[in-house]
Amino acid sequence: MSTRPAPHNPAPFDLDVGWRLHPQVAVRPERFGALLYHFGTRRLSFLKHPALLTVLESLDTAPTARAACAAAGIEGPGLPAFRAALATLAASSMIEPAAAAQ
Amino acid sequence: MTGSTGTGSTGTAPLVEEFQYGLAAPICLTWELTYACNLSCVHCLSSSGRRDPRELSTAQCQAVIDELERMQVFYVNIGGGEPTVRPDFWDLVDYATAHKVGVKFSTNGVKITPAVATRLAVSDYTDVQISLDGATEAVNDAVRGPGSYAMALRAMDTLAAAGFRGFKLSVVVTRQNVTQLDAFQALAGRFGAQLRLTRLRPSGRGADVWDELHPTADQQRLLYDWLTERGEHVLTGDSFFHLAGYGGALPGLNLCGAGRVVCLIDPVGDVYACPFAIHDSFLAGNVLGPGGFAAVWRDSELFADLRRPQTGGACESCSAYDSCRGGCMAAKFFTGLPLDGPDPECVRGHGEAALAAPGRAGGAPRPSGDHSHRTSPRARPREPVPVTIGRRPPESGRGAGFTDRQHPPDRACDASPLAGFHPASRSAGVALGAGATGGVDGPGR
Amino acid sequence: MSNPTMTEAAPDVTVAEPVPAEPVLEEAVLEEELVTADLLVEEVSIDGMCGVY
Repeated sequence: MSTRPAPHNPAPFDLDVGWRLHPQVAVRPERFGALLYHFGTRRLSFLKHPALLTVLESLDTAPTARAACAAAGIEGPGLPAFRAALATLAASSMIEPAAAAQ
Repeated sequence: MTGSTGTGSTGTAPLVEEFQYGLAAPICLTWELTYACNLSCVHCLSSSGRRDPRELSTAQCQAVIDELERMQVFYVNIGGGEPTVRPDFWDLVDYATAHKVGVKFSTNGVKITPAVATRLAVSDYTDVQISLDGATEAVNDAVRGPGSYAMALRAMDTLAAAGFRGFKLSVVVTRQNVTQLDAFQALAGRFGAQLRLTRLRPSGRGADVWDELHPTADQQRLLYDWLTERGEHVLTGDSFFHLAGYGGALPGLNLCGAGRVVCLIDPVGDVYACPFAIHDSFLAGNVLGPGGFAAVWRDSELFADLRRPQTGGACESCSAYDSCRGGCMAAKFFTGLPLDGPDPECVRGHGEAALAAPGRAGGAPRPSGDHSHRTSPRARPREPVPVTIGRRPPESGRGAGFTDRQHPPDRACDASPLAGFHPASRSAGVALGAGATGGVDGPGR
Repeated sequence: MSNPTMTEAAPDVTVAEPVPAEPVLEEAVLEEELVTADLLVEEVSIDGMCGVY
């Protein structure tokens, strides 16, 4: 697959604030995880781990992204990969800081 | 970054393997709303022109949209024929977007009025694709008919004037227009549009003009280089993944999406693996069946076959196979090549060699239907315009649009694209000449 | 491209997991994360699928 590589995210993804799914994003669970489609950017993301879907589904109600990861059973050594995945999703506007909510 | 075969240390499987289990729904799909068309483009993939009397009604279309919503299909690409000639077209677009299904429709521009353009410009859930196959009137109209260039430009001007930025200018790359890529880019820029270049397939009427119109090997290389160097903002619909063998894949999934991530719903509700494969061999079912579209997507045998990981067959030993995945199924099928062998435009030349091979019986499968206008609908232009006259009468006795399996096929590959292809034993596929007794429709190739 | 605020070698104190014994270079960790991120998330344009005209 010649997909766009994960951007070298200059700003670290802040696990310790609240995040939310962008309102223009549709989420569809799949066997391997999920598909996300952003109606504004027309980008499609394949989430290739079911736990990552659980993290996203927990974002709205969890106070921080870290808590959302914990809700999905992701802590400690497993966290960096998921943190990086969230960074990718933030870079492509699939998720945004919860403070952006009107 | 190879094709879709990369594996991960976290153990996530490459997507192409995941597809064997089937996605819950297509990610997007093509929906041809009508076979009616005001034009008669020589290469029309759906052999359109005349409306089919079995065309889905408004209510039947709405029921399909309801299903797409339930299945969470993100996007539907509406085409035809010329979809805007359906009187209920704008209502159906509104219905789809109201039911959370994004719509991009492909049009020759005939009905793009200022009022229409204004409505379209304000929605994130609709997109428009204007078809054009020449950056100049002469090149374009030779393929799409007199007046079509002017009509397309008028539509683009109307969309731009209404503030619609980023609509698509979609071009099928041919031998005649491949020298106009920069001019297409400029044309798109002039109207604030995004250029889209797609591959000509020998599908529909395309089969009749393929030999003259498909790019030469040199031109193909030119195209690849141009896309690599200047194509950063050019869409391709992943239609050039067969060129990945030149080195480095172009953006996209880089694999055949047929039956895996995409499919076609045709104007009478038939579901095909791909809009370039309108043939009984690729017919998965009909949306009017008991389980609707969802059941066809989930349960059809054809799609289950297509979703199984395929080996490369004759391409297995080629170093390019990982990149090109053996190319386009429809291109192989309609040039009469076996599906587990090279693409007719294989960058290594294996396709050309296969087409020229002695002992290969002449002929290739014909498209399953022909809705072409019987004669050109427009007056003769100054220059001759190639016009395809329908070669076969419309098929009778198709009933509710289910397959024609009562009629014995001329060759094994007319019945199944996977003839001779045994997933368990991986025997070589059917070579065109093997067991062929001739008797294909139309003149041989 | 070092990032002083990344502290992956010392996980959050609220987690009971032991701190990894080997110190890792920040650069290497960042690179590894980006690689694994590629595997967890793959992106493509909605136009990036063959079979849609």
